[in-house]
Formats: sequence, C-alpha cells, structure tokens
Amino acid sequence: MMTFILRRTGSLVLLLAAVSFITFTLFQLGPSDPAAAACGQECTPERVAEARVALGMDQPFLVQYADYIRGLFSSRMIGAPGAQTLCEWPCLGKSFQTNENVADIIARSLPYTFSMAIGALVLWTITGVGLGLLAALRKGSPVDKFIVGAASVGVSLPIPVTGLFLLLLFVNQLHLLPFTTNEINSPFGPQGPGAWVANYLLPWIALAVLFSASYIRVTRTNMIETFGEDFIRTARAKGLAPRTVTFKHGVRAGITPVVTMLGMDIGLLLGGAVLTEQIFSVPGLGFTAVHAAISGDLPVTMAITMLAAFFVIVANVVVDLAYAAIDPRVRLQ
Amino acid sequence: MNRAEPLTQLQSVEPNTGSPPLPSAMTPESRAAAPAEARSLLATAWLRIRRSKIALLSLCVVVAIMLFAILAPVLSAMSGNDPYTSNTSPEVLDDFQTPGLPLPGYMYPSAEHWLGVEPGLGRDLFARLAYGGQVSLTIALLSTVVSVVLGTILGAAAGYFGGKTDAIISRIMDLFLAFPHLLLVLSLTPILQSRLRDTPLGEGSFLPMASLVIILGFFGWAYLARIVRGQVLSLREREFVEAARSFGASHLSVLFRQIIPNVMGVVLVYATMLIPTNISAEAALSFLGVGVKDPTPSWGQMLNAAQSGNWYLSDPWFLAVPGVMLIITVLAFNLLGDAVRDALDPKASRH
Repeated sequence: MMTFILRRTGSLVLLLAAVSFITFTLFQLGPSDPAAAACGQECTPERVAEARVALGMDQPFLVQYADYIRGLFSSRMIGAPGAQTLCEWPCLGKSFQTNENVADIIARSLPYTFSMAIGALVLWTITGVGLGLLAALRKGSPVDKFIVGAASVGVSLPIPVTGLFLLLLFVNQLHLLPFTTNEINSPFGPQGPGAWVANYLLPWIALAVLFSASYIRVTRTNMIETFGEDFIRTARAKGLAPRTVTFKHGVRAGITPVVTMLGMDIGLLLGGAVLTEQIFSVPGLGFTAVHAAISGDLPVTMAITMLAAFFVIVANVVVDLAYAAIDPRVRLQ
Repeated sequence: MNRAEPLTQLQSVEPNTGSPPLPSAMTPESRAAAPAEARSLLATAWLRIRRSKIALLSLCVVVAIMLFAILAPVLSAMSGNDPYTSNTSPEVLDDFQTPGLPLPGYMYPSAEHWLGVEPGLGRDLFARLAYGGQVSLTIALLSTVVSVVLGTILGAAAGYFGGKTDAIISRIMDLFLAFPHLLLVLSLTPILQSRLRDTPLGEGSFLPMASLVIILGFFGWAYLARIVRGQVLSLREREFVEAARSFGASHLSVLFRQIIPNVMGVVLVYATMLIPTNISAEAALSFLGVGVKDPTPSWGQMLNAAQSGNWYLSDPWFLAVPGVMLIITVLAFNLLGDAVRDALDPKASRH
C-alpha cells in the first residue's frame, strides 16, 4: 500500500510538472505578442517594448518558466528593472487588467466555485445513483424504461439552454427564487444557510440535470452487470436478506466505476463550472476565466487552467486510492 | 457476444487493392467468424439500425436537420428573408415600453417571418437559425474529422509499434485527458484567433470557424486514440497481420491497409458520439463569446444573443428557437450514436 501511494505521488509530481510546462508554453508562445496584449489596445511600439521587458519576455523561455515556478514556492520581484514590485507567495504573476496578484483573484473566486460544486455534487450523486439503482433493480419494467429515456434526454440538454430556462421560469415568471447574488459564498455567512441554498439552488439543478443523467446510465449498467455475477447468486443462495445482498454485496462491488466518475467530475468542477457560473453570474473560477480569456488577460487564464488541470490530476490519484478502500477485489500493484 | 464478429466482417470491406495476396490469406478467418456473407461496415450498421424505431427516427431527424442547414439559402429565399438584414422600424420593434422588443405580430411565427424576428435588430429568426445551423454543423463535423483522423492514426501507431512510440503517445494522451477541456479550449481560442488573423484562414466570418475547428479537433482526439490503441494491441497479434508481414508488406502498409480498416467500427462509433459533443462545445464557446460572433449566426451565437441584454426574459421565444433546435439536434445525434454503438460495438453497449 505504502509503495503504491509513493509511486502514485511520484508520477503525480511528474504529471503536474508536465502540465504546468505545457500550459506555460501554450500561453507564452501561443499569442503572437503577449506584451502587446498586456499593453492594451492603443500602445506605441516603444510602450510594447517596455512591456516586454517588464514581463520578463526579453529573457530566454526556460528562464521565464523557471521564474514562474519559483513564484509557486516563494515571493519574487516582478516588473522592469528599477520599477519592480513584490509579488507575494504564492506568486502566479499579476493581472494585465488590474495589476492585481493572480493568486488573490483565484483565492477570491474559490469560495464561489466550492459553493457551486458541493451542492451540485450532492444533488446529482443522490439522483443519479438512486435512479440508476432503481432502474437496475426494476430492469425491463416501465419504471426502468422511463428512467433510461429521461437520462437520454438529460445528457442532451446543453447547460446554457437549461440554465437560462430555469432562470426564466423560477425567477422571472414564478418569482420562487431570487437572482443569484455575489454576496453569498458560504453557508456560514451572515445570511445563513437558507439564503445560501436559495442562491445556489438553480445552478445546482442546472448542473445536476446534465451530470445525473450520465450517472444514471453508468450506475444502471454496472449494477445490472454486478447483479448477474456469481457472488451475488451465492449470497442469495445463502439466504441473505435481499436488502443485504443489494447494498452490502451488490452496490459495494458495482459502484466503483461511479466512484471513478465522481472523482474526475469533482476535479473538473473545482476548476470552475464555466458555463453555469457565466449564466448565473457566479464569480467563481470559471466566470473569472471567461472574462480573462475575452479580455486577453493571459496570467489569469493561464493560472486558472493550470490549477484546474491540477485538480483533475489529483482527483485521479484520490480515485485510485478510494478504489482499493471500496472494492475488496482491487489489488494495488 | 463474440468480440471477433464485427471485426472480421469488416475485413472484406476495405478495398485491398495493391496487396493482392491478402484477401485470400484472410478468407479462412472471415469464414470462421462470419457465417453470413460479409457486409460493409455501413451496411452492418444500417441493418441493425433498421430494426430499432428510435434509431430510425433519430436518423431521420439527423438527416432532416442536415438538409435544413444545407438548404439554408434556398429556404430563406423561399421565405423572402436573409439572416443579416435588420429592420428596426417602429412597425416591427417596440419603441416605447421595452425599446427593441418585437411587436406581437413580429415576435412569433407568421407568414412573413416564419419564426418571428430578433429583438434589438429585427433580423429574421428563421434565416438566422438555418444559416446558423450551417455554421454550427460545419464546425462540429469538421472538428470531429480532425479528432478522428488524429486519434485513429496516433492510437493505431501507439498500439501497433508499441515500445517507445507507445510510451510517448500514451503519455501525451494522458496529458490531453488531464486538461479540463472547456477551460483550455476557452482560453486558447482567442489566442489562436490572434495568430490566424493574418493568415488566409483569418478572413471575416471564416476566422471563428477555422479556429473552433482547429481547437476542438486538436483537443478531442485523445479519448478515441486510447480506445483505438486498446483494440490494436490485440489486433496486431492476429494471423492476418503476420500474413501481411510475411508477404513483405511494410509496417506502414500493414498499419494503414490491415490495422486501421479493422478498427473502423470502433472509430465510427466514437465519431458519431463526438459529433453531439462538438455541437454542444460550439454552442458553449459561442455562448461564452469566444466562438462565432455576431453578425455571423450560429446556434451558440443565438443563445448568446438571447442572454445578452436579458432579452430572453422579455422574449422567451428568442431563447426557445435556438435552444429547442440545439436540444433536438444533440438528442438525435446522441440516440443515433447509441444505435451505431449497439450495432457495431456490442461489447460496449452491455444491455
């Protein structure tokens, strides 16, 4: 077990390094002139040249990358010689738009993204796994057919359409819920957990519709397969209660692919639910990334992309470890 | 279900011109697994799709949507409108209560404007939906082609050559799969557009299309490559590959003439599933404002227009037109994809 964890951590570090290098390359060498982007619309060639020096782009590429990575471990000075400013740890550069520390922008966005992710996650896991299990237990019945049909439609609903429709119906027409506000980003705030739920309920539903549909499919397929296996028949033959067979034997063995999906999706969602945040104007990572991308604010988009990839990779490793804990048949090699 | 069946049926499909000894070398193999006469890949798929009502219906819907997009110029001409002419006269758009909102006679379908007009600019919605379909579907189909070509060749090469080639390609696949797709595509699209601006691809409405095709195509191949690689790993041990090699066929010729034709079934399945993903991706990116931009219409751009200025709150029809079109299209492609998968890759469907 210990060697497995160590080896996974080792490859994790390598993958993270590769991801950071590739992101950095794409964002630094990609644009025809990042300095011009930093400088803004109406910029004289002299000002662009100054900006190039200020951004360290007169340095060799690898030096720029090394400097960037150094900022992850300690504070560093950035800017043109003579006009340097301190970029405090963790330094991810400064926004072209506001000159704010990118790490601060990210720290400000994270609570919103967490709020979005956690509720949606709970909602879609309960509905997705619950309905998938129900369909598997009633395989072939009208209930099963209805759930499978609903899941097919669910995966085909684009988030912009569902999101705007939910806003139109529940906020604008029925007045059941308020428009989302930036003031609430945690259930422990002064407005209390009720206001937090009311604020995020629609984004949660918009995400959960799409996600639970694929969870229904995966849960159903895997549970049907598991229920057909020998060890389930053995458990039934031993005279165990159907409930025990279903949950203790069946679900435990059949749920592993769902755990994989869940881990990956958590990782993905922590990097920002780009569309949902944009539709509901929730200023999380995704929302921030969209606005940075449109305005050409490279340090911000680069840092968020890197962070999001980190979340996905870490989630991957956590999933591998969780596998072993849930499914007794999995052996760690 | 016997894994070998759909694969062997494919062998006789691909034209084997240029390597005459091979068909005879393969016959015992095909005879063993496919008792019926060997059918082409598409014929096999069609035979099974024909048996399912849902599959047939979704195929019809897909064909209808394609025709709708292809015939956009004809259909708009029939309705007497085009997607770009705006009409903001006070007979069409409200001037008092909600400036820009289409008046009741123009908001909803009529003989003059088959799907009503846009709020704000008063352009014809039917023409924009049809021309937008052209743009959306072109982007989705072309980017799928790019991903499929990359994924098939790289996946097959990794599986066939093994060793260092496999290690390198597999690591690249892992990296591509680790990146959060939408976020990366979102942030790289404006960068690519700034690069393409001075090239022949950068002209007018062509620029967003070209950049979306390149970006979506380039970031969509890894999953398919992984599947193809897995298939090829077992294929390369089969006798017909050995036979081809012993007849003196080069590695490249074996790869393109023997291996790749045999994975076309899986490739077709994943290609069908990639199309709706790319339709949604185009919609998402244009909705976010980094893809197709006004005045060029696309279904995502139309959603963007519905949200900007909160028009969808005062004119829900304006949201419904592209929204319903998008849902129907993605649903039809998804159901068709499921059917193609059930037909060609029985192991993956596991009902």
